[in-house]
Amino acid sequence: MNPKRKSRLILVLLILAGTGLAVALGTMALKENIQYYLSPSEVKAGKAPDGHSFRLAGLVSDGSVKREENGLTIHFDVTDNVETIPVTFTGILPDLFREGQGIVATGKLSDDYRFIAEDVLAKHDENYMPPPVQDALDKAKSISESGEKAQ
Amino acid sequence: MNIWKSVMKFIYHFASPKHFYRISGKLIPWFGGLAAILLIVGSIDGLFFAPVDYQQGDSYRIIFIHVPAAWMSMFVYMVMATSGAIALIWKIKLADVVASSSAPIGAAFTLLALVTGSIWGKPMWGAWWVWDARLTSELILLFLYLGFMALESAIEDPRAAARACAILAIVGVINIPIIHYSVEWWNTLHQGATVTKLDTPSIHISMLIPLLLMALGFKLYYATVVLMRARNKVLYAEQNNGWVKAIIKAQ
Repeated sequence: MNPKRKSRLILVLLILAGTGLAVALGTMALKENIQYYLSPSEVKAGKAPDGHSFRLAGLVSDGSVKREENGLTIHFDVTDNVETIPVTFTGILPDLFREGQGIVATGKLSDDYRFIAEDVLAKHDENYMPPPVQDALDKAKSISESGEKAQ
Repeated sequence: MNIWKSVMKFIYHFASPKHFYRISGKLIPWFGGLAAILLIVGSIDGLFFAPVDYQQGDSYRIIFIHVPAAWMSMFVYMVMATSGAIALIWKIKLADVVASSSAPIGAAFTLLALVTGSIWGKPMWGAWWVWDARLTSELILLFLYLGFMALESAIEDPRAAARACAILAIVGVINIPIIHYSVEWWNTLHQGATVTKLDTPSIHISMLIPLLLMALGFKLYYATVVLMRARNKVLYAEQNNGWVKAIIKAQ
């Protein structure tokens, strides 16, 4: 490689290293602000801002969902399998909301450590698969088909 | 050292406008035909034959557009940044042509990924848009593409424009690992990686196959369109050279 090209190559690498370093320092400085939500453990550890709204995320505990008689207010627990925080929400829930589902709720902590949500979003996981029912049906079908062949 | 020299000689030979024009003309029908077949087969498989998702039902089928578009939005940018570096270091003009031909295509893929994600997000998450790290970094990618195109048209001298754009493309490439790892480095509403991780993909094989068919189809579509655009640009830039005049005369 001739010296001119070599020096231009070094220049390009320096540009990359420089912007990489700048962005790494910037994101490290803003680390807390880039977090979209806090987990129940982080809230229990006192990381939640006092009197300001923040987002809380975790799984809806099994068997914790209770509706009030007006039908719109709902109580449930959000857990990260270490700590659990009770949540109260009044409004319309997303389709994916169910027990065991991940959710992200925006709201404030009340004085008795209950999270009063203004907004609840469902957090989808990265797994895509056919319903277990469909699998079971397919299996049953293949068994009955092989049974018919045997006859 | 001799091998290096002959490799470089081959690259310079291919990158000469005349040979690029000839070879790309032969490649385009193959790439285009294959892209059409893959996109048709992938769409039919994805929309009619892939099973419904256990949680999302039929709504998940948008991933057959959304995921390939998002992958391409990052891939095209990396092509632009690599071309920019090649153009700066080795002064190969064709690399500038490839970068500038790629920008609008990459911007279209990015916009498609953002729009399809938003359409999916409303029923599934309950929000059209959230400012989490994945969505925000993808939006920045769209602005990088638009910035590249704006910078290119703002500078009148084509050589100066190409050099400025190459530097912008290289600086912006730092956003690509941020987009990819955003779902691991920070808490995001966007779910983690399903396919592009070092583990086995967490997607059923009957859904993975149409997804990969579509992804390959998108890639070949990009190859087709970028070559067509680059050919036009090469012809325009070389309009005063003998070989272009010969082509025009032959027609």
